[in-house]
This record gives sequence, C-alpha cells and structure tokens, in this order.
Amino acid sequence: MRTGMNPFQAISLIVLLVLGGCNIKDVEPTATSPSADGSLSGTVAIDGSSTVFPISQAVAEEFQKENSGVKVVVGTSGTGGGFKKFVLGEIDINDASRPIKQKEIDACKENGVEYLELKIAIDGLSVVVNKENDFVDCLSVEQLKKIWEPNSTIQNWSDVNPAWPDKKIKLYGPDTDSGTFDYFTETICGEGGASRTDYNPSADDNVLVYGVSGDKYSLGYFGYAYYLGNKEKLKIVAISTGHESNCVVPTNESIEMGEYVPLSRPLLLYVNKASMDKPHVAAFMKYYLNQGQALVNEVGYVNLSQADLAETQALLE
Amino acid sequence: MSLNQPDAEFESHLAFRNFLGKAFGIVCMVSTWFSIGALVVLLASVSWQASGWLNWSFITNYDSRHPEQAGVLAGLWGSLWLIFFTTIFTVPVGIGAAVYLEEYTQNGWIKRFIQVNLSNLAGVPSIVYGILGLTVFVRMFGLFGTKERVIELSLFVLTLEIPVPFGTTVLSGALTLSLLILPVVIVASQESLRAVPSSIRHASYALAATRWQTIRHQVLPSALPGMLTGVILAISRAIGETAPLVIIGALTYVAATPGDIESPADLLRNPGSVAEVPFSEFTTLPIQIFNWVKLPNSDFQHVAAASILVLLIFLLVLNGVVIYVRNRFQKNVRW
Repeated sequence: MRTGMNPFQAISLIVLLVLGGCNIKDVEPTATSPSADGSLSGTVAIDGSSTVFPISQAVAEEFQKENSGVKVVVGTSGTGGGFKKFVLGEIDINDASRPIKQKEIDACKENGVEYLELKIAIDGLSVVVNKENDFVDCLSVEQLKKIWEPNSTIQNWSDVNPAWPDKKIKLYGPDTDSGTFDYFTETICGEGGASRTDYNPSADDNVLVYGVSGDKYSLGYFGYAYYLGNKEKLKIVAISTGHESNCVVPTNESIEMGEYVPLSRPLLLYVNKASMDKPHVAAFMKYYLNQGQALVNEVGYVNLSQADLAETQALLE
Repeated sequence: MSLNQPDAEFESHLAFRNFLGKAFGIVCMVSTWFSIGALVVLLASVSWQASGWLNWSFITNYDSRHPEQAGVLAGLWGSLWLIFFTTIFTVPVGIGAAVYLEEYTQNGWIKRFIQVNLSNLAGVPSIVYGILGLTVFVRMFGLFGTKERVIELSLFVLTLEIPVPFGTTVLSGALTLSLLILPVVIVASQESLRAVPSSIRHASYALAATRWQTIRHQVLPSALPGMLTGVILAISRAIGETAPLVIIGALTYVAATPGDIESPADLLRNPGSVAEVPFSEFTTLPIQIFNWVKLPNSDFQHVAAASILVLLIFLLVLNGVVIYVRNRFQKNVRW
C-alpha cells in the first residue's frame, strides 16, 4: 500500500500553515490623531445626494490642497442611499437635498448615531421656457399646480391663460428618483411624488435643458445651477405667489434673501457627532463653513444669508 | 421533354434561387455595416467632442471642479485594478465550474437544474448583483458589527491585513463583478468544451491516459481559445458597469489611487504596495463619466468625451492582449 499524504491531508496541512499566522483584532483609532508637526491625517467619508456633490467635491479639493495628509472621499448614492450608510455609522457626513425622514431618525437612534444638521447652501428650482417664447414671463404657483398636478387637463398654453397661443405645452422634468422631483411636487402640488405622468422625464438635467431649448412651446423645471450653466439657451420664468405683482425671478440675491419662494430649498449636511471628535473631520467641517462658502457660488448654488450662516457655524461649535 | 433541355419553369426558379442567395448576402452585409456605421458615428462624435481635451495632464490629474484641470487618474487606476482582480477571481472559478459540469458530471436532473439557473443568472440585471455584493462582501450580513476589525494573515514574506467586513473596497467591487460575469464565463467555457470532439478524448483514453491527463493535455488546450473569447466578452461588460458599483458604494470623487500607486514607476519602486490595493477605496472610469455627463457646466461634456476615449483605448489594449494570448494557444492546437 502507498503511504504518504493523500490530497485531503495535503490541503488541510496547507490551510493550517496559512491560518497559523492569522488572527482577528480590533482596529485602534490611532490613525486620526494629529502627528507631531500638527498636520492632520485620516479619511473623511462623505456620501449622499448628487445635487450637493459639486459643493462637497469643491471643498474637498481645496481642503486637500492645504492638508495633504487628509483624504476626503465623496460618493453619490443619493440622499436616501447615503442615509442608509449614515445610520449605520459607515460614513462621517451625508450630503442631503431634503431633511432627514422620521424613519431615518429612528434608525439613527437604534444604532446610537447622533448627528448635527447643518444648512450649507440654497438651491433654487428654476422653471424655464424656450428662448423664443415671448408670451410667458411669470407663472403663479396655482398655474404651475394646474399644469403639473396628477390628471391635469391642461394640454395647450391657452388652457392656462386664454391670451396665450393655442399650442400644445411640451413638458420636461426630472424623473421620479430625483430629489428635485420630490421637492417640486411637494411644494407645488402639495404632496411629494404627486405629478402628472405624461411629461418627458430624465434623470440627467442636461437632457431637460436640451429638450426645452429645442422646442418653442416647451416648459421645464430643474436645479438653478443648470439654468446658470445654460443661460443663453433658455428663458427663465418668474414665479409669483398669489398676485401677479409678486413675480420673482430666481437670482443669487432673490434666492439668498429668501424672496424666491416657494421654489428654493436648503441643501444640508448631516454630520455624525462621533466623527466630530476626530480632529481632521472637525477641521474639514470648519473649512466647509468658512473658506468653503466661497466655492458654493462657483459651482452654481446660492450662499446662505449671513444670519443663517452664523447660525450654522454656531451649531458646529 | 428531354433532360438536357431545362424548361422555362426551372430557369425562372433557378433565377429566383440565385436572387435569394444574393439578397441574403446583401442583408448580412447591411447588418455588418449597420453596427460598424454606428460605431464610426459614436467614435467620430466622441473624438470631435474630446479634441483638445485629451492630453497627458488629463491622464495624470485627479478630478476637479475646474473642467480644464479635471482628469481620470483615480478612475483609470481604479478600473485597472478592479478588472485585474475580477479576472483573477473569475477565470479559475469559471473555467473550473465549466470543466466540472462538462467533464465530470453525468447528464441528469442536477446538471440540468444548474444549467437552467446559470442561464437565468446571466440575464439578471446588474443592479441586483450590486445589492447582493453590498450585503455579502461590503457588510458581511453585519456579522462583525459596526466595529472595524482586521484579520492579520501572515504569508511567507508579507502580512496581509484584511478588514472584516470588506467595506467599500476594490476587493468587494471585484468580487461583485465576478459574480456578475461568472455565469457568462461558465456558459461560454462549457460551449467551447463541448466543441472539443469526443474522438480526441477517446483517443487519449485509448492510449491509457487518465481523466486528469486527458483534460490537462487534450481537452483544455483545445478549448482554451474559445474560453478566452467568453472571458473577453465578459470582462468588457464588467469594465463598463456602473450600477452595481454605485450600489456597493464606490466613490465618485477621490484624490487617491488604490494602494497610492499613481504610475507604473511607483509599482516598480514599491511592489509591496500591491498588497494594499484590494483594501483601498476606489472610483472607476464609467462612474466618473456618468458624473461628468450630469454636471451643469457644459465644458464637462468635453471632459466626459475625453474619458470615454480613454475607456475605449483601455478596452482596446486589454482585448488586444487577450486576443494575442488566445492566438498563441490556438497555434498549439494541431489535429
């Protein structure tokens, strides 16, 4: 009979040899303390809304130029997707284009995650029409509601205002996954997600810009940054609440002063309180609310008013 | 009616049959040119948009909010490592499973059951694999709690520190993509094993070769080129995937490459850093492209076009290498 090892014995021996040098240990949070020369190191993990992403990216870019030891990483799983990680303590900061929901608050409590809610910028939803449209300058919230509500009977511009041409309105808007869609439907139609369904939806706002700019009788809505980036192709519509004399065009000033209502919304950061104990995360947040505010405008959003910013900064302290 | 005088009816039928043959040829030609035409239009429009934007600093820069400073360094290395590890995981498992199914199992209900499931899996939307990867690899069912832990694995020369759960790392991404493309690789490998004539196997057995010797020296070498074709198609699909990676939490913006290897020179200088690559956070080219296309500043459309070109070149080089390897193997097959 043959002696020696059969394959099973050989494999078990190899496994034993490898696993011999194997042990499980907890990671000590050492990597986050400032090193001898006072420079910071560590990772700041951010996830969440793709609407807030450009701001966080810009701040991360500048912050890392000054603090080369710190790695700031930004993901875009969406506001809800980000919260799913945030409530488990997997990320330090969640970019949010809407306030936290009760379900998410409960999940935070359950997992012992405490957080700060910080306003960092304002986004104004823009309602736009084609450049060649010479009859619409201002729409009231009621008119917008009539146009966009579920089962709306409005087909032609003349259905909105008899003085307007008897031409079909081509509607463009974000698709139902978008935070912009949620916000618009909630403020205009009175219920999040309540919208007519026979419009041209797209997840990519550039497609909406393209659609509205190519169609004389079109109407669309999307984030203010996309209007700023394509000003020469579009005509902005002023929004009024109630009387026609209240028409307000979204501009940096009108959004910042809170005059462009109801279509401006705050953009938020949710910061895990436990992460704020790490010096590099605290430093990053401080940078975000001070030097970082200069970048908000650059990427197409509107700064908070001085009072609101001071309030946010106080909250951080 | 004499035999050597074909009648008029035959003549007209013959003309029709000849016409059918020609028409079919034209239909096939149009099909070919249709796909080539689409590719040319795509390439032309992308190149036109990218012209002036694709330069060396585009390859060596990280992403930026300034379109002229934005680059693909993080995405390029992320995609490269992701595909490297995906291939390492997929090829042995895929080919092994195919060999087992074709060479070792008897035809029976178990094999049929596996077969049907494999074909179904190949059609599952990729986002479903993302959800699976998030639970299994990134979080490991929450078995380890929220506290970070590492397994220290001492191999002979270096100690690997494997975090558990894996978290959003290159390793999780590669394992997820492997699951995604395994069915395709297995089915393609099975097809190519089936194409090996059974006379080859019988001849080998007749010369007293064992089953292992037959598979090792006869079946595998002749089936390998076909298997590699399946691998090429599957890997090309994996490179373009975005959805499952976004689900497992791949980043959109990161100013670092996996293992901090920023150039082939870094790789040579510090080969040990490869051990850190699987446990690094990452982004990929398609994720960067997807992000740029959506940005409001229209200059980013050019940046996106330039990175699409980079992705296409990357794909071309990769396929070129695999095709070269395949041709080397093909030369060795002589029946």
